[in-house]
Amino acid sequence: MGIDRREFIRIAGLSTLLGLGGKGAFELLRPGQVEASMAAKPAAEGVVRWAMVVNMRKMDDDTAKKCAAACHRVHNVPNFAQPKDPKDALPPDIVNRYEVKWIWPEHFHNAFPGEEHPHMPEQMKNLPFLLLCNHCDNPPCVRVCPTKATFRREDGIVNMDMHRCIGCRFCMAGCPFGARSFNWKDPRPYITDTYPGYPTREIGMVEKCTFCAERLAQNMMPACVEASSGALVFGDLNDERSQVRATLKRYFSIRRKVHLGTNPQVYYIV
Amino acid sequence: MLEKALVGTKRYYMLLAILMGIFALGFLFYLRQLQVGLSITGMGRDVSWGFYIAQFTYLVGVAASAVMVVLPYYLHNYKAFGRVTILGEFLAVAAVTMCVTFVLVDMGRPDRVMNVFKYPTPNSVMFWDIIVLNGYLLLNIVIGWNVLECERHSVAPPKWIKFLSYVSIPWAVSIHTVTAFLYAGLPGRGYWLTAIMAPRFLSSAFAAGPSLLILLCLLVRKYTKFDPGKEQIQSLAKVVTYATLINVFFFFCEVFTVFYSQIPDHMLHFQYLFAGLAGKSRLVPFMWFSIVGMTVTAILLTNPKLRRNENTLAMLCGMVILTTWIDKGLGLMTGGFVPNPMEKVTEYAPTIPEALITIGVWALGFLVLTLLYKVAVSIKEELKA
Ligand code: SF4
Ligand code: SF4
Ligand code: SF4
Repeated sequence: MGIDRREFIRIAGLSTLLGLGGKGAFELLRPGQVEASMAAKPAAEGVVRWAMVVNMRKMDDDTAKKCAAACHRVHNVPNFAQPKDPKDALPPDIVNRYEVKWIWPEHFHNAFPGEEHPHMPEQMKNLPFLLLCNHCDNPPCVRVCPTKATFRREDGIVNMDMHRCIGCRFCMAGCPFGARSFNWKDPRPYITDTYPGYPTREIGMVEKCTFCAERLAQNMMPACVEASSGALVFGDLNDERSQVRATLKRYFSIRRKVHLGTNPQVYYIV
Repeated sequence: MLEKALVGTKRYYMLLAILMGIFALGFLFYLRQLQVGLSITGMGRDVSWGFYIAQFTYLVGVAASAVMVVLPYYLHNYKAFGRVTILGEFLAVAAVTMCVTFVLVDMGRPDRVMNVFKYPTPNSVMFWDIIVLNGYLLLNIVIGWNVLECERHSVAPPKWIKFLSYVSIPWAVSIHTVTAFLYAGLPGRGYWLTAIMAPRFLSSAFAAGPSLLILLCLLVRKYTKFDPGKEQIQSLAKVVTYATLINVFFFFCEVFTVFYSQIPDHMLHFQYLFAGLAGKSRLVPFMWFSIVGMTVTAILLTNPKLRRNENTLAMLCGMVILTTWIDKGLGLMTGGFVPNPMEKVTEYAPTIPEALITIGVWALGFLVLTLLYKVAVSIKEELKA
């Protein structure tokens, strides 16, 4: 769920004081507006534009695993290969089909199809390129969504209101990066330990990486970035002194499928 | 007029009972789907639309094809079609009913469907599709019903009905165009990203829809006292012939661009469908059957002898329906999603519950069709008597 629970409780609580009642406030504010109101306040003047740099020079299998595990833990992303109750076990092809993933590793030729060639460094071919939602500047997922359940915030985060999503999956067809997951099955029996700080989901709605909007609102770095030992860099692209800007200035970087015009905001240093 | 749908022969009741039975079976499985989610289907994170949306797409075409009887009648004053316009319009009503049901059945959260109206989003093609589909449904119900009512009382239909009939002509084109735009505007789905999508949708619709109408006319003639007419069927056969030819032509236009340009993003999907990719080739025999069958049928249809013989015509129409259905109801969805954005190949096949739910929706459509046709045919029989 895109709404930060604490923020929601705070707003709902405030409006109860004003005599509106929690539910009334929810309807009044409309989920979308609740979301929009929680855009992280810029540290400096001007607009924030969040972006991520994946530094493949510092990436290895172990780090990639840690990043994905960190994200999936604090966001209650189910692991269909690991049911809580062994009787819910699923065959591997089904696990692949139902899989929900916010961030996951792929080899170069899958992350950047068509860009590989036989003479590139062997080691590069096998590096774990971490893939996640690119929080595109021109996001087709937002364009196609018939309910504005997927929307773009001022700070560039493409977020979701899972209470509004009707599960039509138009956005999954629209995203050219495979960044979106649908809840084909009830995820709860496949979350080994539920993280209390984030809601679990139900069947029938779409979800994806939120750039940790809920953590940014509390001035925390995204969970994957914290777990990355410096391989992931996150920050404000509009701030000249930010670490993302410094890193992008220093090293040459590539992005996924730029020719499609979505303007991805996850950069890869190779 | 509705009372006409309530009285009929034993055979009529039997048909209704069978259709209701199939619908009920599908509905039971749908209840199960509501409980366990869409994991009951064969879809997954890579092929995230399947049978349901494919049927929806196909049936929008069938609905749009009513224009092929309405247009000659109203714009060219082709009087002969006056007898069959009602059959075309009621077929459209049944088809759109199925379309809307399929969209609903495909939704992860049907309980929230009203969100589409609560938060109208004009930048989403789906928003427009919902508007044009519901508008078209309404148009055909109003026009069909009123014209029939007037016919019954032997009076000329009022002016505003005529006006609505004119409106329904571009409207029919719009429903299938907008449906094509659902797919044709998505970056990164090479199979769909082509300007010929909407024209191809229309041509296959004008091939399949009138084919179905011909078969229905033949059935109506066989089982009722109303004869839709030989000339009418022959005129429809010509429509089918041209539309099928154009559809095959459009297909080869697409094949040329894709394979001469050699752009992998576009080519890989065709390779998957027609040759298989990464050792996965489930759809290959279907796709070859579809395109070869469609081409041969188109050529055979150009032969007036085969067309004039109603037995061979019926067979050829059956082929048109089958081959366009494979192309649009099977290949289009899967072809667009395979390979996935990471160029990995995950195949799709509908599960048994998914197939039963699908058949249930079709049964619902044919139930609506049977009831409406019963009304129409009863009125026509009454007039003749
Ligand atoms: S990566 Fe996909 S889901 Fe994320 S913003 Fe871009 S199009 Fe949308
Ligand atoms: S599945 Fe949800 S988020 Fe995606 S397009 Fe449909 S309503 Fe929008
Ligand atoms: S930014 Fe946050 S939500 Fe996105 S992948 Fe990293 S941890 Fe997960």
